[in-house]
Amino acid sequence: MSEVWETCRAVVQDKTGLHARPAVKLTKLAKRFAARVEVRQEGSEAWINAKSPSSVMRLKAPYLAVLEIRAAGDDARAAAEALRDLVNRDFNDVAAE
Amino acid sequence: MTSQPNERVFRGRPAAPGFAVGRAWRLAEGGGAVARVAGPPEAEQAAFDRGLRLAAEQLTQLSAASDGLGADILEFQLALLDDDDLIDPVRKRIAAGVAADEAWIARLDEEIDGYLAANDEHMAARAADLRDVRDRVLRAIAGSDEVATIPDGSILIADDLTPSTFLGLDWSRLGGAVLTGGSATSHVSILARSRGVPMLVEVQPEPDAACGEPIAIDATGGVLFVCPGAATLAGLEASRAADARIAAEALAVERLPAVTADGRSIKVLVNVNAPGDLDGLSPAICDGIGLTRTEFLFAHGAPDEATQLAVYGRILAWAGGRPVTIRTLDAGGDKPVPGITIDGESNPFLGTRGLRLSLKRPHIFRVQLKALARAAAAGPLRIMVPMVTVPEEMEAARRLLDETVDELQRQGIAHARPPLGMMVEVPAAALMAEQFATDFYSIGSNDLGQYVTAVARDISGLSHLTREPNPTVLELIGRTVAAGRRRGVPVSLCGDMASRPELTGALLDTGLDTLSVAPASVGRVKLAVARAVSGPRP
Repeated sequence: MSEVWETCRAVVQDKTGLHARPAVKLTKLAKRFAARVEVRQEGSEAWINAKSPSSVMRLKAPYLAVLEIRAAGDDARAAAEALRDLVNRDFNDVAAE
Repeated sequence: MTSQPNERVFRGRPAAPGFAVGRAWRLAEGGGAVARVAGPPEAEQAAFDRGLRLAAEQLTQLSAASDGLGADILEFQLALLDDDDLIDPVRKRIAAGVAADEAWIARLDEEIDGYLAANDEHMAARAADLRDVRDRVLRAIAGSDEVATIPDGSILIADDLTPSTFLGLDWSRLGGAVLTGGSATSHVSILARSRGVPMLVEVQPEPDAACGEPIAIDATGGVLFVCPGAATLAGLEASRAADARIAAEALAVERLPAVTADGRSIKVLVNVNAPGDLDGLSPAICDGIGLTRTEFLFAHGAPDEATQLAVYGRILAWAGGRPVTIRTLDAGGDKPVPGITIDGESNPFLGTRGLRLSLKRPHIFRVQLKALARAAAAGPLRIMVPMVTVPEEMEAARRLLDETVDELQRQGIAHARPPLGMMVEVPAAALMAEQFATDFYSIGSNDLGQYVTAVARDISGLSHLTREPNPTVLELIGRTVAAGRRRGVPVSLCGDMASRPELTGALLDTGLDTLSVAPASVGRVKLAVARAVSGPRP
């Protein structure tokens, strides 16, 4: 596939890792974009669908794990950056949301 | 007249009076296992979609009423129902001919196993959430399916019904219910009476009616007819007409004061389960509200003060100056409230319920007392606490109310100090009623009966021990009435006995002069009062 991937990285700030509540927030945000959005833990092979809470849960990303994020499609850049920012600010909602 | 050769007659106990003619429908039993035989893939797909939609609606409602961790878990479950990676494989399996429930169970179990294999306590906890959502969708698939397929005018036949199953059915489409088990004093029977759904319980031997076979019930007399003949149907119609005449008479006296044949005035109040009961009901038929249940407010966890205040205010406004008694949360027993009641008690009816629970949850109890004291500024409100056993509990409740009133005083918030009364439903309290510092007594005859006979309300096959009027229950009522007289405080009865005209005479004989009844029974009870002569006044 000749897809162009926008990529970036983020670090899990939650002491208990990427669990149910963060996973729901991440997938909800990803679903706002038309782009395909995928994540994986740095060092692992397979990319997983960032719009699927059950798949994100299976990452089992612990505290301080580095997440790689990639997106492809019309709003790919915005999607990848939005997800990066969400992870980096420990899944806190910002007032603008 | 010829009787139908196929007609079979079964006897049971009347649980909710009325007559119905229709076709038998047997409710399938529930369970978490695969229950469907796969239909055509399109039908299975439709059942699956209905199940997902229903489960999502339930979760959305629950989530709106929850906060903190509870809401997070519900949000997670809700997100899973909209997760393509999870759902698409189920759809593929269904398209390949697998039944909707089987495909769903297989996919979720695969996921659950993955979580458990992670050997991580957080993941294990999420596995429990997955199991929960798996079963919720299964129930929704089974339920939506079954409810949608019951033909109009059916009369249900089942071993027993749970209150939630009863409430999940559209009774405007159904004729009535026949239970082979059940009991006339169970909550389902009370629900059936208050909704006017004819219901028979303890029908034995097990009726042999097949699904779709014509049946008729006389739930006033306690008889089920399978394949009723012309003569039987004519007889039922005559009984129904006679019943309708009594209903018309009852309607005619509904707004008149209740006076016995020898001139004693009796107050007749109404019981309210939820504010919806008051819709279309005129306050002119009653002398006030003798029991307002508040469990409906707690269906999704504890409500805040403002929510409670609004509801209590609405009820007082309806009553238009007539006295309104509101009972504090009576959770526990067979009325669990998620997050408030204690799970896993070996015998919840003898466990932490009613005031016992409220005293263990003072943060919740105080909010309710505060809302009640604030509402009391707008009209004559009385607070009643359920399941009181010893005088110390009444004192503890009174202290909490005092503190609440002081706090409102300090904060300068409009309020009034409502009378604080006790429900008499534990035999220990009835025997020693005089010892309690209470502003009034209200007898809960349902629980009083089950505790004094040691026969659970929902148990089948022991009704010979609890025949009404039960002399022991009448004795305890009489003692409470006498205690109230000596202490100069009012006594009323708000249990189910009050709503049954055939028991009215026996109740008035104990000296009671205030009955709180189901709204639908007001007229019939007033007719029964008019026929009664006063019993010996102690």
